[in-house]
Amino acid sequence: MSHFLVRRLLQATMLVALMSFVCYALIGLMPGDPIDLMLSADPRLTPDDIARLKAIHGLDQPILERYLAWLGKALTGEFGYSRLYSQPAAAVLGPRLANTALLMGVSLTAAALIALPIAVTAAAHAGTGFDRAVNALCFAGISVPTFWLALVLILVFAVELGWLPAAGLPMARDPGLAERARHLVLPVLTLTIAAVGGHVRYIRAAMVEALGQDYIRTAHAKGLHPRRVLWRHALRNALLPYVTILALDCGALVSGALVTETMFGYPGMGKLIFDAVMGNDYNLALLALLLVTALTVACNLLADVAYAALDPRIRQR
Amino acid sequence: MTALASAVAAPRMPGFLRRLWRRPGACASILVLGLLGLGALLAPLVARILGHDPEMVDLLARLEGPSLSHPLGTDELGRDTLLRLLQGGRVSLLVGLVGAVGAASIGTAVGLVAGYVGGRLDALLMRVCDGVIALPMLPLLIVLAAVDLQKLGVPAGIADSEDASIYRIVALVALAGWTGVARLVRAGVLSLRERDFVTAAVAVGCGPWRIMLRHLLPNTLSPILVATTLSVGSVILVESVLSFLGLGIQPPAASWGSMLTNAQELVTTAPMLAIYPGLLIFATVVACNVLGDALQEALDPQQSRSGR
Repeated sequence: MSHFLVRRLLQATMLVALMSFVCYALIGLMPGDPIDLMLSADPRLTPDDIARLKAIHGLDQPILERYLAWLGKALTGEFGYSRLYSQPAAAVLGPRLANTALLMGVSLTAAALIALPIAVTAAAHAGTGFDRAVNALCFAGISVPTFWLALVLILVFAVELGWLPAAGLPMARDPGLAERARHLVLPVLTLTIAAVGGHVRYIRAAMVEALGQDYIRTAHAKGLHPRRVLWRHALRNALLPYVTILALDCGALVSGALVTETMFGYPGMGKLIFDAVMGNDYNLALLALLLVTALTVACNLLADVAYAALDPRIRQR
Repeated sequence: MTALASAVAAPRMPGFLRRLWRRPGACASILVLGLLGLGALLAPLVARILGHDPEMVDLLARLEGPSLSHPLGTDELGRDTLLRLLQGGRVSLLVGLVGAVGAASIGTAVGLVAGYVGGRLDALLMRVCDGVIALPMLPLLIVLAAVDLQKLGVPAGIADSEDASIYRIVALVALAGWTGVARLVRAGVLSLRERDFVTAAVAVGCGPWRIMLRHLLPNTLSPILVATTLSVGSVILVESVLSFLGLGIQPPAASWGSMLTNAQELVTTAPMLAIYPGLLIFATVVACNVLGDALQEALDPQQSRSGR
């Protein structure tokens, strides 16, 4: 196990290190670099000035040297200032990450709690009308474009009915807990609808497979109540792979909520990355991109390790 | 592994088509996709019949309701909504199809080589595959879509041309989506290459290329077909998200996703403008997913009987 763990950890670290260079290079290729911005702010700058400015900021150096310089600073915890927020880039991230974690935690929990009973019931009655209806709904949930779903939900619940606010966070400086929760409903609903179909399909497939195993027949044969066989014997085995799906979804949602966050103006990591990329905020975009990359890779690693820890057969590969 | 081995078996055409035909979901999906494809193909003809140009702006006829000359009304610039939808469908479906086939081609090549050659190369390719899977795709695609092609040395004429955004998005989705097919093909090849017919082919003196292309590839076509069908849907979703965010298809060209960008601001005054393109994306993606699922079960009845 420890050998497996060390190897996986090493691979993940290498991937993040590699991606830090790739992201650095990509950010440098985005339109409108800082010198262009200075030039547009002050058209009197001459080509000589520009060359001098480039030299001051080290932009005349080859990319590898610039990257190493950035890396050296980054490793001491210095990530530069955010252009959009006029704060150290690292200070901008903290609250955003907390917001995303809240959104993600609530939506994933809701999706799991809704998916479990539906999937188990569908698997227990595989092939019936209920099972087929669930399957059709799952396809709908998987296939709906998130931004359009958000748009339709806003249209129905905020514009037509006026029940819920269309923004993800209240405007007031010190809103009550109830007010915050009310604003969270639509974004959470969007993410939950988008996630629940996949979860149901996954658990259902695992359940159907588990229900076909010999130990289920044994459990039935020794006279256990069918409900106990279903929820205890079958579900425990079916949930094993589901743990990894949850971990993978966590990783995907760190940045995957980007569209939902943007649609509802919810200040999370996804919206931050989008705003930073669109607003030429190089330092912030780079740091945020690296952070979500590291977090996603870490969640994937966690999924692998959790699976191996729960199922000893995996480790021996 | 037994499931995979049977998934790799050659498609048995008649039985497979019969099984596909018996599934109402599959038939409905084929019908929906056929209709949408037909609409996209016939867009110029419809434009001729209605007598409008899909890009023609008519500010005196903004946001009109449905009428004889504008069956679905007009948008905020007075363009015919039906024609715009058909025109957008051309772009969305094309990007979905070409992107998915591109991704499948890269994946097939990687999977074949990794599975057949094995050893260090296999380990390297699979680590790359694992790495790509573990990355947060959406933010990276956004950055990639925002990269200034001129800074990469692409001449300004090409970088700014009207079709550049379409080529770019096809390339991006292909680069992001090849991993699934690569794993499937590799797994198939790993079990196939131990089979007698491969040994026989080696004994007869076939080179590695011939074995990969003539003996292994045809036997892995079923999972490739399923994965490609499924990924047409996800490619269309990715394209629509990027276009919606303003990073995909650039005006005056439009896809269903980019049509929703403008519709978003008008959602209170002209909600139908936001409903139509989304419904079409939704219908296309559902149809691709249902069809892919049905294909899988039709190509591989044994696996579906055991529940997956």
